[in-house]
Parts: sequence; structure tokens; C-alpha cells
Amino acid sequence: MTTTAPSRQKNGFLAGTANYVDERVGVAGILKEFGRKIFPDHWSFMLGEVALYSFLVLLLSGTFLTFFFQPAMTMVHYDGVYAPLKGAQMSVAYASSLDITFQVRGGLLMRQVHHWAALLFVAAAGLHMLRVFFTGAFRKPRELNWVVGFVLFVLGMAAGFTGYSLPDDLLSGNGLRIIDGMIKGVPFIGPWISSLLFGGEFPGDNIVARLYSLHIMLIPALILVFLAVHLFMLVIHKHTHYSGPGRKDTNVVGYPLMPVYVAKAGGFFFIVFGVIMLVATFFTINPIWNYGGYDPSPVSAGTQPDWYIGFLDGLLRLAPTGLEVMVGDNTLSMNILWPMIIGIGFLLVVAIYPFIENWVTGDKREHHVLDRPRNAPTRTAIGAAGVTMYAVMWAAASTDLIATNFRMSLNQVLQTMQISLFVLPIAAFIITKRVALSLQRKDREIVLHGRESGRIVRLPHGEYIEVHEQLDEFDRYKLVDFKDYKPTLARPNAAGKITLGARIRSGLSKFYFEDRIAPVTQTELNEAIHHAHELHDEVQKAIEN
Amino acid sequence: MAKRNVSGLRRSPLAAKIVIVAALLTVGGTYSAVTSALATQSSTAGYTQDQKDLGHKLFLANCASCHGKNAEGTANAPSLIGVGAASVDFQVSTGRMPGAASGPQLQVKPVQFTQAQIDAMAAYVSSLAPGPAVPDASATAPNGDVTKGGELFRINCAMCHNAAGAGGALTEGKYAPNLMHSSGKTIYEAMIVGPQNMPVFNDANITPAEKKDIITYLTYLQDHQSAGGNDLGNLGPVVEGLLIWLGALGLIVAITVWLGAKSN
Repeated sequence: MTTTAPSRQKNGFLAGTANYVDERVGVAGILKEFGRKIFPDHWSFMLGEVALYSFLVLLLSGTFLTFFFQPAMTMVHYDGVYAPLKGAQMSVAYASSLDITFQVRGGLLMRQVHHWAALLFVAAAGLHMLRVFFTGAFRKPRELNWVVGFVLFVLGMAAGFTGYSLPDDLLSGNGLRIIDGMIKGVPFIGPWISSLLFGGEFPGDNIVARLYSLHIMLIPALILVFLAVHLFMLVIHKHTHYSGPGRKDTNVVGYPLMPVYVAKAGGFFFIVFGVIMLVATFFTINPIWNYGGYDPSPVSAGTQPDWYIGFLDGLLRLAPTGLEVMVGDNTLSMNILWPMIIGIGFLLVVAIYPFIENWVTGDKREHHVLDRPRNAPTRTAIGAAGVTMYAVMWAAASTDLIATNFRMSLNQVLQTMQISLFVLPIAAFIITKRVALSLQRKDREIVLHGRESGRIVRLPHGEYIEVHEQLDEFDRYKLVDFKDYKPTLARPNAAGKITLGARIRSGLSKFYFEDRIAPVTQTELNEAIHHAHELHDEVQKAIEN
Repeated sequence: MAKRNVSGLRRSPLAAKIVIVAALLTVGGTYSAVTSALATQSSTAGYTQDQKDLGHKLFLANCASCHGKNAEGTANAPSLIGVGAASVDFQVSTGRMPGAASGPQLQVKPVQFTQAQIDAMAAYVSSLAPGPAVPDASATAPNGDVTKGGELFRINCAMCHNAAGAGGALTEGKYAPNLMHSSGKTIYEAMIVGPQNMPVFNDANITPAEKKDIITYLTYLQDHQSAGGNDLGNLGPVVEGLLIWLGALGLIVAITVWLGAKSN
């Protein structure tokens, strides 16, 4: 113990401070654990980071905005600098949003940074989810973390929507009116919930303050909690990695967090921040001054939600007319309920997908090596169908802009999308699955026979052959290292009965794995290599002669 | 021979009907001639006979094939009797007329006539029957109340033309055009004429002073760029979503690929 004092002096202030902290909170142990956490290098592993950094930018810019925003719906006469609204009657919320825009120094930039960062946050999270899905990174042990990530995505949408509604301009009011209509469309409880939320009849004078509480307190707090859980699980599970020589389900190949990834990630944060700042500097987002204060009577053409709510708006537009059903004296608004059922159903399937696939495969192993999408053809095809369906719903939210900008009939655009909603996902499923199977077949061919070199050689007995170049072991490893499943049969349980569950499971298993390309076995590979050597010798002999 | 024919006609079963129609035409024609003489004073005022004659010639050469030799309309185009000088000025001075092709809606094209020729055609058409006149420069000058104009625009116009005047979609390929290049005169004329799918906003609906306010507001939007940088066409969240996905996220993904490639 006595030797520590002189050594502290010898190493100066930094070491002294580090030692001081370490002796009290054991920071060395934490650093050793976290600092040596390994991250593999691949661009697709940085997409989640983009969402995380956008969220940090949101916290910073959002805090700035709270200094100036007033979430009150008391009516005032605008007395700011924007001429076309001078003297207009509007809510305090809208007036303070205009003041942030035109009178607070840097206010407009911060507003635009905040809004662009919100769009980027959800977009990056969505892209990150797609990466996780198509590489099978949601498999055991990461199913729960997929659900946590899904909750984060939905919370991001909630944060975005509550924020969109705060300025109390025409656009945000129109958006709220649609939500109000959807809530009221729910049988029995709808009108009561609407009344509770708005504090009476829409729009009332409470909603902005209520959404503000949700937007700056509850939702960000929930996001932070789920983010902590998400990252905590990430550390527990260790990172996944793509297949390659020496990469196994029992290890992680990459660089340590300290110092390599701390530097990289730190730098990357500033790059993301920089891109957001650039976009916010040069491009207008949500020009609230154009829309005027909210007034329930006008609805502007081109009223759309932000992109991440677009798929729900699109579903509402896609619903054909005449879906309403009379139940006694009451109207059941199926034109609103069907879009809600489809939209929520879509999200639920996304949330529980890992459990569905796990149930079908019955695979209890841990997976840390990622799948190449082609090696899980049915999953990849389901993903492609889901992406296509989402894309149609999303595009349907802009039917009017598609019609005007591409000179088409609005009605025909809508009808095309109504058909596409059902047809295109099926087409995407079939095409993707066939492409994936073909790619697998190509891989198998390359592993067994090598790559076509284009060199034609005539053998002594007159036969012409094309020389195939064999892969080296490293390249071959990536092509043969994957897990294969076969369809399972429904088996009777202990009582000797085949349950309905077992039948469904076996049906699904057939759906998933019936079409499969048998992976190359070790015997096949040995034979192929042996054959290749023989052929090589023969060719060499032919050339020498 | 001739005498017998005349008396034959007089006895014909159609005689009574012909007399009644002739009498009605005479009375109605006189009445409408008198009223039109009173009402057209504003719309034909200022047009000379020379202008009307030139307009008639231009009309026969450029318009009559669709609108009929006497502007009575055909199966391909409506009658122009009573549409007024404002309608002619609106359609021709924005290049919509003469139309190039039939379609859901007339397109804005390069203007085909000089203002003098347009005035002449307006003079001819307004001489056929009374209709809205081309507004005075003082009525369309952007010196009204900009705030009130904005409010009126949002209530009456924004549902088709978009809150920022960027235009919007209507049914079956029709659309409300972008207003960011329209002059005060064009906007005023559109309101009183109601071209194509647009409703008429007459002076009882939106007073001339209010029309001036709307023009003032739109001129303000035309003259002032967005405070926040490029306005992305003022088309709203769809274009913003496109930019964040293809622009910002695309750029960031390109950077991640670059960062990931460095170590290989």
C-alpha cells in the first residue's frame, strides 16, 4: 500500500486521477470489460449507430427548442416579423413556433436540424432493422433484442408524430384530425378515447400541451430506457459477424472498442451530425409559415404526414369506398378499421417474426455467424414481400403527387396501388425466392467445379474441355459455411395424437424448406477436389505434350 | 302558283308554331339586345371597331375550327358566347389556348399571340354577349392586406392549389396548377372566370378588395424565397422523406461503406 503514493506522483496528474477514480468505482474493471469488447468491421453494422447518433442530435436540438416553445392554445394576435401573418389570430404554440423560426437566433436552423434528424432517426432505424432481418441476426439469442428494437422503432414513430403536431399549424392540425377520425372509428370506445385525449370535442384547447408532455418527457424517457436495454443486450450477446475463415458461432472476429472503435465511432458521430447540419442548412423542412395557424375548416392540397407515418396514411387512401357497415343504427366504419387492422397486423408480424421462424425450425442453437440472404431463401422472400407491401402502402400516401408530377390520373394511380398491395408482395416473394435459390445453386456449382476460366484445352484423345479455376480455401469457406434446414414431419405426441399445432408447424416447415438446394457435403467436396486434381494433371500433361 | 303556295303555308299545321317561335324570338331578342347593351358597357368599353374586326379575323383563323364560326361551340369545344374578355385573356395569355391536344386539362404552353392580338380577340368575343371584363391594373396590383389574403387563400384556394400555391391533384388526370408564376391579372381572371375545373369566385363571394388581398399574398410568396433554404418545391413531407432516404441516408451509407472498406 505504501508504494502507491510515490508511483502516483511519478506518473503525474492524469494517472493520479485515473487511480483515484479506479480505487473508488473500479473503473479499470469496467474499461477492461467494455474496452476489449470486439466489433467486427462491416459497413452494415454501422446503421444502428446512425440512428443512435441522430437521437443524440435530437436530444441536443430538442433541448434548445424547449427553451423557446410555449405549448399553449390560448389565442393571440401574431405580432412578429413575418409579414403575411401579422395580426392574424393564432395559438400561442404557433406564435412561439414562428418566433423560434424568425426571431430566435439560430432558431430556424435548430428547428430544421431537429426535424431532419427525426426523419433520419426513423429511417436509419428502419434500415438497421432490414439489415438485421435479412442476415438472420434476430435468431437465438437475440430474439428479445429484436423486440426491443421494434419497440424503439414504434417509439420513434410516436415521438415523430407528437412532435409533428406541436407547432399547431394547418398541416399538423390536419394530421391530428386524421388521427382523431381513426380513434373515433373504433367501435364503442373510440368517441370516449377521443374525448379523453382532446379534452372534449376536437380540437379543444388541451391537445398541444398534452402532446408536448408526451413528446419531451414520456416518449424520450422510454426511448432512452429501451436504448439502454438494447445496447446492454448488445454487449451481453457480443456482436454477430459475417461468415469467413476462423469466424464461428463461438467467437467474434474484429477490433476492440478501445481504442479503434471509440475513435471510429466518435468520428462517425460527427459525420452523421455534419450530414444533418448540411441538410438542415440547405433544405427547408416543414415551412410552418406557409400553412398558417390551425383552423379546422381549410385543408391544404398535398397534406401528408412525415414519411414514417406515410404507410398508415397510404392505407387509409387505399381503402375503397362503400366499406361502411350498418349495425343497427350505428355505422361500423370499416373504411377506417380495415386500414388500422392491416397496419397494426403488419407491425405485429414484424414484432413476432423471430418467434415464428424459431418455432418453425425448432432450432435451439445459438447463432452468431450471420446468414447470407440467399442461404435462407424463404426468409429473404418473406422479407422482400414485406418490404414491397410496405413500399406500396407508403407510396399510396403520395398518390396525389405521383399523379401531378408524372401526369397521370389520380384515380388510376390509386386503383393500380390497390391491386399492387395484394399482387406485388406475392410477385416479390416468388421472384426473390427463385433468385435466392439460383444464387445458391451457382454457389454450389462454383464450390464443386470452380470458376469458368475461359481457357479451352484439347486433351490427347481429342476431347475439348474448359479449364475451371478452383477456389482457394478462404473463398470457398464463405460459400459452404451455412446452416441448412429440411422440412420436418408432423409427429405424434406422447398420447399418440398429431395435434393441430404440429400439423401447422409441419405445414409451415414445408413452406419454408421444401425448395432447397442441398449444401455441398464433405464427401462431395473431397471428390470434387480429387477430380479437379486429376483433371489438372491431365491438362498439364496435354499442355506439356 | 305563288299565291296558292302562300295560302297553303298559312293553312299548314306548322303555321301556328312558326308564328309563335318567330314572335318569341323577336321579343326575346329585343329584350336581350337591350339588356346586353346595358350590361356589356363595362366589358366592351375601350374596344374599338378595328379591334373587333381584327379579333374576328383572328378568331376565324385560329379558334373557329373548334369553337364554331360564330363561337357557338361544337362537339369539341364549348360556346364562347358570354364568356367575356377576361376568359379570352386568361386562356390565351397563359398559352392554354389555342389548345394543342385534347386531354383532361389544357396545358400551359408558350404564348402564341401578342397582347394586342389577344386584346383584339377579347374585343370580338366580348362583343358577342356580355361577360366578365379584363380587370384594371389597379384592381390586380399587389397592395392589399397580405395577412387577410393569406387567410382567404387558405380557406378558399389551398385545398386544391396547396397552402404554398404549389398546386395539387384533382380527379382523372386534372390538376390545380402551381401559382408561383401567375401574374396578378391571371389570378384575378381565374377567380372571376372559373376556367376549366375551377369554380367561379364572383364579387359577392370574394369581393374585389379581397381578390386584391389574395393577389397580394401570392405575390409575397412569389417574391420571397423560403427562409429555410431550398423549398423542395413546397410539396410537403413526401419530398422531405425522399430527400432524407435518398440524399442524407444514401450519403451516410456511402460513408459507412467507405469506413468499412478502409480496414480490408
